[in-house]
Amino acid sequence: MEISVTMNGTARTADVEPRMLLAHVIREEFGLTGTHVGCDTTSCGACTVLLDGSPVKSCTMFGVQADGHEVTTVEGLAGADGLHPVQVAFQEEHGLQCGYCTPGMMLVGAALLERNPDPTDDDIRWAISGNICRCTGYMNIVKAIQTAAKAKAAAPAAATA
Amino acid sequence: MSTVTTVPPSTFGIPALRTEDPRFLRGEGRYLENVQIEGSLRAVFVRSIFPHAELSKVEGLDEARSMPGVVAVYTAGDLDIRAQPPAGNVEAPGGELDQPFDREALARDRLRFVGEPFAVVIAETWGQAQDAAELVWASADPLDAVTDAEQAAGDGAPLLFPAIGTNVAHRFEHDWERDVLAGADVVVEGRFVNQRLAPVPMEADGIAVVPEEDGYTVWVSTQVPFDVRNDLAELLGVDRQQVRAIAPDVGGGFGAKIPVYPEYLVVAKAAKLLGRPVRWFETRSESMLGLWHGRAQVQHVQIGARRDGTVVGMRVDIVADMGAYPLGAFLPATTGEMLAGVYRIPTIAYRGRSVVTNTTPVGAYRGAGRPEATACVERAMDMLAQELAIDPVEIRRKNLIPADAFPFTTATEMTYDSGDHAESLDRALELAGYEGLRKEQRARRERADPLLLGIGVSTYVEITSFSSKEFARVDVEDDGRVSVYVGTSSHGQGHETAFAQLASGVLGVAIEDVRVIHSDTALVERGEGTWGSRSLQAGGSSVATRAGEVADGGRMLAAELLEVDPADLEGPRDGGFRVTGAPDRVISWTELAATAKDRGSPLSAEGVYREPGSTFPFGAHVAVVEVDRETGSVDLIRHVAVDDCGRILNPALVRGQQHGGIAQGIAQALFEEVVYDEVGNPVTGTLATYLMPSAADLPTFETANTETLTDVNPLGAKGIGESGSIGSTPAVQNAVVDALSHLGVRHVDLPCSPERVRASIAEGS
Repeated sequence: MEISVTMNGTARTADVEPRMLLAHVIREEFGLTGTHVGCDTTSCGACTVLLDGSPVKSCTMFGVQADGHEVTTVEGLAGADGLHPVQVAFQEEHGLQCGYCTPGMMLVGAALLERNPDPTDDDIRWAISGNICRCTGYMNIVKAIQTAAKAKAAAPAAATA
Repeated sequence: MSTVTTVPPSTFGIPALRTEDPRFLRGEGRYLENVQIEGSLRAVFVRSIFPHAELSKVEGLDEARSMPGVVAVYTAGDLDIRAQPPAGNVEAPGGELDQPFDREALARDRLRFVGEPFAVVIAETWGQAQDAAELVWASADPLDAVTDAEQAAGDGAPLLFPAIGTNVAHRFEHDWERDVLAGADVVVEGRFVNQRLAPVPMEADGIAVVPEEDGYTVWVSTQVPFDVRNDLAELLGVDRQQVRAIAPDVGGGFGAKIPVYPEYLVVAKAAKLLGRPVRWFETRSESMLGLWHGRAQVQHVQIGARRDGTVVGMRVDIVADMGAYPLGAFLPATTGEMLAGVYRIPTIAYRGRSVVTNTTPVGAYRGAGRPEATACVERAMDMLAQELAIDPVEIRRKNLIPADAFPFTTATEMTYDSGDHAESLDRALELAGYEGLRKEQRARRERADPLLLGIGVSTYVEITSFSSKEFARVDVEDDGRVSVYVGTSSHGQGHETAFAQLASGVLGVAIEDVRVIHSDTALVERGEGTWGSRSLQAGGSSVATRAGEVADGGRMLAAELLEVDPADLEGPRDGGFRVTGAPDRVISWTELAATAKDRGSPLSAEGVYREPGSTFPFGAHVAVVEVDRETGSVDLIRHVAVDDCGRILNPALVRGQQHGGIAQGIAQALFEEVVYDEVGNPVTGTLATYLMPSAADLPTFETANTETLTDVNPLGAKGIGESGSIGSTPAVQNAVVDALSHLGVRHVDLPCSPERVRASIAEGS
């Protein structure tokens, strides 16, 4: 089946088997390997991408279901003027160790800040509770998303890029 | 040589940002499945659905072979792979086990656990291999299975290896015949279960083997690329130099990526037979069954004390579940050695039995034998305190090894290098506000608050590096930048940053001008990999030593070129040396490198650093829980950790290790457990059923450090990778019991789930 997807802002098409999961379409058809697969039960969130701006686990959608939608992966997080504030903050706060869950965590964080620019720690913990990290104990991930929120508030123009 | 360079003090304590982060932030991490390999075949294993069975025939092979895209289907008889010895690539205590508990890479005659592979399908695509694998099945006669190690050790249990005649793979004992409880006014005893856990690195395991013109390139998600290289070279019948093993970015390991898995051998042999690249990446469901598990011990404990709380002795009988193959026999031995904890216990008797069962093999998992020891002695101390009606803090203080007693040799014959256990305990209690918490607890009890408050303390000591050695090479390149080659294998810890920081400090160059190369056997001469929290103290000491030699060589050359005495030179700093008092007389690493190269003796040093002893990091944790008396649910509301890993190089990396370890330790205390049903079927085989905590399940951790240096290595550093998971579990477990202690509860086993808590309340009152 032929699908048309706005992938990280660029119109892309692919001919995919109907049984192919979106995660595999992203990785294999579009060659974007920053989307990782960590389980097979929709439990870990490593494969999280944004579908029309909302986080989805791309292992839990067929590729064909993304037809006509906008998909943002970690490769699309940085803007023309540099890294997204969430990306910057993940490094500043040591919010990643092995890095495998990081793309999903950052995308969830970025989406949260779009709808809630001033989250509490509990808001953040709840937002990322569908994503599992084995390395960090989540603390620095929460801090990173807080730091990103502050950075966005301080420079709103840059954050909307 | 007039000066010998050491690591400048200003190198330490700097929270340098991670140099490896940019690639991960952009989604450019090079994990195994992101490595593109032209023309690669895919392997899918067919695994046992039987806990225990005689395998009479593998059926469906012809059907599978005729499926689209299938290139080969192999069973044990097709591959001629020598069975792995019981300890695999992991050294057992006292060498290999003396009985042939060998493991066939593909099961041949007998299936010993659900998930054990007995056939492999190789096809052009993963989907094709998967489809064909579904046609292959084991014609097998089911046997009685045993999944409980204590039962397996007893008479009449089903035998996994009938020819050997016992399921007990290894025994050891220390002072077992001694009357260690003599003189005790009071003796308490318990049976503690340190439950089976799954390590669950977020990137599952896998390997890709690529036949080359003269050898093989191997991409593998491992902590020990040199071990993999060595075993595959032997299997493939080539020299070690003909196998290039590369661990690219590895998405976590936690000990589970230490073994050379049987699947690696099968994939390598298939690649050899087919003359094509073959790759395998396990699904999470496979990983939950195939990747080794951790912990899985039962401990029978007796501890005796005088009325004032002074401990006179302890006796511990350990039954360690090895799973189907005893790869992890070193684990209970470590537990035995570390049973003294932070206490001056005059006599300790212990014995251990490592027992095979019809379950996934058990091996190292973050802590690897030490969390089991700490949980044992810390729980026992609390039970003793409860029995004697002494505060848990007081009984600890009474028995702590005093700061002036180091080096201290325990009743288990371990010699602790350095420590100040009272200091870390004081610090943790202060951070927690211990007295205030006790007051709050009393108030809640008085008003019969349904939310019970529990305060748990653990004081721990562990062992890191195990007197290990490591290779490093340090070069100054033509452009004045520095290359560091090291034999450890980072899989999330941040070695690239830590070693760059060290070399930067010693050689006076910017961190970003240091390139760290690791985990590639073609680029690094040798290496031991990463395990036992050893990388900074062994690998870092090696890097610092070689960098120091390069600095010394550079200084001599600079002195000669600037025509001054080496003692009159300052540096290296800011990228070179300068003459004291003559700021314009400088020479850069770039210039020095050019001259050194012209003379045919480049600025380079390499060698193996051998750590002369082990180090013993320590600390104190305080956990605060609220237990709902009606539902039994436990909410960990605070967790305070004061960990001492000697001298700290990068506080941010140390904090990260503390956090991650604490989270895994809490997970053991409250959430995670690998469970088998009564006939041996795993019921926690996916992340939907195995309860890993999310961010919503954990509190903000309150962490701090004390810094008690060691003289075992030139950095003064001890390991921090595993401390968090060692100190936290007993603190949380003790907190849960503490919340219930006024109801007569003396012990709650791990994990302290609502069911167990409710059952304990019912039994206790």
